[in-house]
Amino acid sequence: MASSTGKKKQYKVIGTRPIRHDGADKVTGRAIYGADFRLTGMVHGKILRSPHAHARIKSIDTSAAEKLPGVLAVATAADFPNLKDKIANLGEGSVNLAHLGANVLAHGKALYKGHAVAAVAAANPHVADEALKLIQVEYEVLKPVLWVLDAMRDDAPLLHENVHTNSMGKKSAKPSNVATHIHFETGQVDQAFAKADVVVEREFKTASVHQGYIEPHVSTALWNEDGHLTIWTSTQGSFTARQQTAELLQIPVSQVTVVPCEIGGGFGGKIAVYLEPVAAVLSRKCGRPVKMVMNRDEVFEGTGPTPGSFMRVKLGATKDGKIVAGEAWLAYDAGAFPGGMIGPGCMCVFSCYEFPNARVDGYDVLANKPKTQAYRAPGATQAAFACESVIDELAEKLGLDPIEFRLKNAAKEGTRRVDGPVYPRVGFIETLQAAQASDHWKTPLEGKHRGRGIASGYWFNIGLKSSASAHVNPDGTVSLVEGSTDIGGTRTSVAMQLAETLGITAEEVKPRVADTDGVGYTDVTGGSRVTFATGLAAYHVGLDIQRQMAERAALLWKCDAAKVECNDGVYQCNGKSITFRELAGKLGETGGPVVGRAAVDPEGPTNGFGTHLVDVEVDPETAKVTILRYTAIQDAGQAIHPSYVEGQMQGGAVQGIGWALNEEYVFDDAGRMQNASYLDYRMPTALDVPMIDTIIVEVPNPAHPYGVRGVGETPIVAPPAAIANAIYRATGVRMGELPMSPPRLWAAMRSG
Amino acid sequence: MAKVFIPVPWRDLTGGTAEVRLDGDTLQQITAALEARFSGIAACLLEEGRIASGLAVSIDGAITSRGLLTPVRPDSEIHFLPAIGGG
Repeated sequence: MASSTGKKKQYKVIGTRPIRHDGADKVTGRAIYGADFRLTGMVHGKILRSPHAHARIKSIDTSAAEKLPGVLAVATAADFPNLKDKIANLGEGSVNLAHLGANVLAHGKALYKGHAVAAVAAANPHVADEALKLIQVEYEVLKPVLWVLDAMRDDAPLLHENVHTNSMGKKSAKPSNVATHIHFETGQVDQAFAKADVVVEREFKTASVHQGYIEPHVSTALWNEDGHLTIWTSTQGSFTARQQTAELLQIPVSQVTVVPCEIGGGFGGKIAVYLEPVAAVLSRKCGRPVKMVMNRDEVFEGTGPTPGSFMRVKLGATKDGKIVAGEAWLAYDAGAFPGGMIGPGCMCVFSCYEFPNARVDGYDVLANKPKTQAYRAPGATQAAFACESVIDELAEKLGLDPIEFRLKNAAKEGTRRVDGPVYPRVGFIETLQAAQASDHWKTPLEGKHRGRGIASGYWFNIGLKSSASAHVNPDGTVSLVEGSTDIGGTRTSVAMQLAETLGITAEEVKPRVADTDGVGYTDVTGGSRVTFATGLAAYHVGLDIQRQMAERAALLWKCDAAKVECNDGVYQCNGKSITFRELAGKLGETGGPVVGRAAVDPEGPTNGFGTHLVDVEVDPETAKVTILRYTAIQDAGQAIHPSYVEGQMQGGAVQGIGWALNEEYVFDDAGRMQNASYLDYRMPTALDVPMIDTIIVEVPNPAHPYGVRGVGETPIVAPPAAIANAIYRATGVRMGELPMSPPRLWAAMRSG
Repeated sequence: MAKVFIPVPWRDLTGGTAEVRLDGDTLQQITAALEARFSGIAACLLEEGRIASGLAVSIDGAITSRGLLTPVRPDSEIHFLPAIGGG
């Protein structure tokens, strides 16, 4: 179901639901994923990982492993260039190469259980496993620190001697586990709280959770005799993988080609490299292609989850329901290296509402856990869990309907966020109104132990760089080449924008994702940017082709090209007309091939707001929460392919449900993850959730010719808070900790 | 003149001033003017002659990816923010 606002543009392709171009390959199993990839002479690489969460590596003896028959190469950090604290700009953020390198293979210290320490290439995976057992690593075991508040203490074990607290460029004198401090403040916060009629302050905790992509990390590298390195990998960004690998190996990017295979999910976890540079070094050492595939436990223990957090949120409002003050104190763990998700957490915590007075403090804190990575709206879900829970309680104390309270304070065009920028036209209010008008909201929820919750969420959505090119075929089809790896159906959503621009059908565009030598630089598939930014590139490719086709028509008709008009794929001038397809058949006689190209760098954000409704039933004996009904509402700007938008909303909601109810890294006191498998790390299955209903709101983004906003990340932001608010109405218990798993909720229900 | 908002952590360098009006056609000129007015800010803002890693600059609501060469209008509004990525 889609609800629109205002007068809509009429499109022929946009807003339809064509079958995805890669559909047949995907459903028949013919699509080539990293694990499917094989090369002649290929050997297999494996990683030795630290059994300790915090340990100094005193020595590594690989001699016995090297002598094992079938072993072709062994690598440690000593095989990599010694990188200093050089910062590499990766387009979507930057990375400290010393930290990235030390995460790929530990330099001197193992900082989490599962941290890669050495690697082996062997004739088969079994020999590689045997060889790993022969590598002798002498550790000096150190005390680990896992909980974010413990890690902030002055007497906490220090992970890095050279990390000082960075506060917007100012660095602390002493080294610290607090890598970053962020502070925003607007208005007169303390005075405003003093004048508020109602004030609510609560504390919240969230556990580390993993993105849970179904496909483990996999990479194959071939360091050819001519010095050229080719990597076939599962990545969200082939160009970013190329740059990271080149920087870590200190070789020019032109010496590296990254070929993106099909990808079985990423959600932010497949932006940083793990296996790529290691497979490359092993290949260089043994002269053979080296394939490396992680096991599921390696994915959990060796790649980046999202931060665990501690948060305190305080809100004040007047009796008439206006928020007058807000204060948030957020501490997110970064894992083993700086660069967690605290920045966006701080910027998102109050982003749904108008706050005349607010203060936000945020801390990025090192802990002996895997280096955190982005996960779908990174940092925003934790913050929304805290803020939207307090919003709900505040509305209740004021005796206001939770949607009416949100509407009274909703961010809109002209609202200044607490971190400073002012919103352009955004669609938050429209999502609340759609929630209010929904069948879900209007249908009473009946029955014991049941409750309905609502929460809203915001994510920026980014722009960044995208390139695309396309050529016109003689049969009137167009072959499109783009650089965005296709995770959520973007081949089609991008192709549809080119088709709309040219006045042809989506099926007449043949999209292909190229490797790093086959297309211009393109930033990662992340930040909800591809349909927006690569779609924008496709639009400009279309304009370029249209201009050239008009010139060809003018040549045929001996008229001025500027006078040729194009409408819906039909070119006209002086009473003559020709279709795109007919004109395509005449390219050979009018000057040869037509090739369009474009490179764009739109500056986001595109501002995505969503509101979620959920009905739950809580078993009074076991505290198991059953999701009875769920509706996700979101402003998509303009839904290019509504099925994909709905799919993103449903997928995000289900991931948020898992985060809310069950998912968590469980560590023992020594920092060892106790549930590193899908048997014990409880993700929702199809049996755990009802059909997720969706309502697409369309408030066009003024910064895109077709009004596109990103949609992929926003839907994960609201679910934990919406479910916590529903649980409160079902049980009378306000949960301040994720996940709200049966043991935790049971204890809370018993303690009242 | 562009309106430049000073992040809270830098306000000890500005004597508590939260926003200033500065002349400049590019972000480079704005940052130079900022440093000329409040000595020490450039050390927080720049790294090897570029916007420091971990920082982003919002000009009129858009996060610029063009660094110091970004054009600035006389009525522009400039914020220095933590850099963000996405999943």
